Amino acid sequence: MAKRIEVKDLDIYYDKFLAVQGVSMTIQPRSVTALIGPSGCGKSTFLRTLNRMHELVPNARVEGSVVMDDDDLYGPNVDPVNVRRQIGMVFQRANPFPTMSIYDNVAAGLKLNNKRLKKSDMDGLVERSLKSANLWEEVKDRLHKPGSGLSGGQQQRLCIARAIAVQPEVLLMDEPCSALDPISTQAIEDLMLELKENYTIVIVTHNMQQAARVSDTTGFFNLQGVGKPGELVEIDETTKIFSTPSQKATEDYISGRFG
Amino acid sequence: MSTSLTTPEQDPDLNAPLGGVSLTAGQLPRGAAPATLVAAGLAGLLLWLLADWAIVPCALLAAAAYVVIVYTWSRAVEGPRKATDRFVTAAVSGAFLLALLPLVSVIVTVVSRGVVRFDAEFFSYSMVGVSGEGGGIYHAMMGTLIITGLAALISVPIGMLTAIYLVEYGRGKLAKAITFFVDVMTGIPSIVAGLFAYALFVMIFGPGVRMGFAGAVALSVLMIPTVVRSTEEMLKLVPNELREASYALAVPKWRTIVKVVLPTALAGIATGVTLAIARVIGETAPLLVTAGLTDGDNFDPFEGRMTTLSVFSYYEYQSPGLFAEAAYDRAWGAALVLMIIVMVLNLVARAISKLFAPKTR
Ligand SMILES: Nc1ncnc2c1ncn2[C@@H]1O[C@H](COP(=O)(O)OP(=O)(O)O)[C@@H](O)[C@H]1O
Ligand SMILES: [Mg+2]
Repeated sequence: MAKRIEVKDLDIYYDKFLAVQGVSMTIQPRSVTALIGPSGCGKSTFLRTLNRMHELVPNARVEGSVVMDDDDLYGPNVDPVNVRRQIGMVFQRANPFPTMSIYDNVAAGLKLNNKRLKKSDMDGLVERSLKSANLWEEVKDRLHKPGSGLSGGQQQRLCIARAIAVQPEVLLMDEPCSALDPISTQAIEDLMLELKENYTIVIVTHNMQQAARVSDTTGFFNLQGVGKPGELVEIDETTKIFSTPSQKATEDYISGRFG
Repeated sequence: MSTSLTTPEQDPDLNAPLGGVSLTAGQLPRGAAPATLVAAGLAGLLLWLLADWAIVPCALLAAAAYVVIVYTWSRAVEGPRKATDRFVTAAVSGAFLLALLPLVSVIVTVVSRGVVRFDAEFFSYSMVGVSGEGGGIYHAMMGTLIITGLAALISVPIGMLTAIYLVEYGRGKLAKAITFFVDVMTGIPSIVAGLFAYALFVMIFGPGVRMGFAGAVALSVLMIPTVVRSTEEMLKLVPNELREASYALAVPKWRTIVKVVLPTALAGIATGVTLAIARVIGETAPLLVTAGLTDGDNFDPFEGRMTTLSVFSYYEYQSPGLFAEAAYDRAWGAALVLMIIVMVLNLVARAISKLFAPKTR
């Protein structure tokens, strides 16, 4: 598990609008890579190109290459469904399936794809996933109650459990804590530190303290101006970005001198 | 018109200290408005009973008296804002009662005239050999159920698949064209649908053809646009986030639709379908030209004439024969049964939406 992702000269379009330009970066396996930057600079857009969710928007497309270990994710015969099998995603707003119980939500990746497991294997998988997401103790007595009855923080951890139940290589998280209280945020940050033992994690966050706490590598995205495409200003070890960044724009942003 | 100093409508003197404007205002005594209403009602009642006026002018007069009295009284005591409020409240309630009137009157008439024939024979016999009293609507009830059931069987899959195409796949010209034609179909008069189905079956089976299935086709023409519209609305309500969550779990699009989108929207779709059925079940004109009428049982929709409740009711009224009273009773009885079926369908729709709605605990 856990794979390296090489992004090279990636241009990302919404129809004719160039949203993100010329991104090149290496995402290391078994580590947390944080993406920071002002709102609207294309962090979510970039993240969604990594598991080919970007192309779900009509007429959206990319140019450039994204290579995971040795597989080009945008190669000619690549099925986006297979890409998403290996690269899971957690969204900004927790989105458990409202028609399913907690148990079924965790098992959704298998059940929706009609993969049948023995009952005991499925139970084990659900328990392991919920334990990895630090949610097991809170829900073990109500596994067959609806997932939408949980609190916001619990729902977000349920979504993480659902994403890791299919055992992806990479986990993408788009501002997973932005709608959560500090205690739930703490729980999810702890969780990320545990998960990086086995997964490659990429997290978009608005919270710079969070980036500093959980990530090994930090990338800073910025916009040249209104209507201009977003771009990756620099990416480096987190300690370096937060102490001695090489670009002035990065320093301005992390020291709060930026809008 | 006297305005007391304490009404808030008076322009506050901007130079006065803030405490100068009082927060309290005059109020009608508790129960004043209901008491006025009762008094006006009683006055109307007296006019009707003693002065021997017709009931409608009495009621209108009582209502007008109530509005005038309460408005002027309230304006004097409470000020123009409250008075306007009372006036509008009275107007809105009056409009509601007026709208309710025909509904109540229909129910009362149909029930009182329909129950006359609610006996065992009515529900278990057809009209074979009946020329006077007696006879039943068993054949018509079965006809209605068979034809409407077939219509639902045709329209629900077509309508739902169309809606799924429009919401989940449709882009560009084709989707626009389909939306346009669905809109046009919504406005088709039901007799046109009947003539269309009749013409279609004449092309296949020759002139004079009558069969239940043709009636079902005619009803489908009316039902499909309703099903498309309601399903479309329900699918649009499913948050995109759920679709994305499913894609992110490597679930292909068609499985996402079948296993995530449809179950989430199921309650609304089922309600919409039930209401669409309720809408066409009482159609008469299209069935008159396609399915026709017969006195006996015919439960084969592909062969021969088939009676439905609405057509039966129409014929009993239109050509009652020598024993007119008995025929009228049967007509009202059939109408009442139809009304009960529609009501049951509405209740079923409610139950379904309760049953399938996503639960939170
Ligand atoms: N579905 C979309 N269609 C068109 N433009 C979009 C869409 N989503 C985002 N954008 C545009 O792409 C740019 C980057 O947005 P986004 O990736 O959401 O920024 P961030 O996540 O960094 O706040 C913005 O200019 C935004 O308006
Ligand atoms: Mg974003």
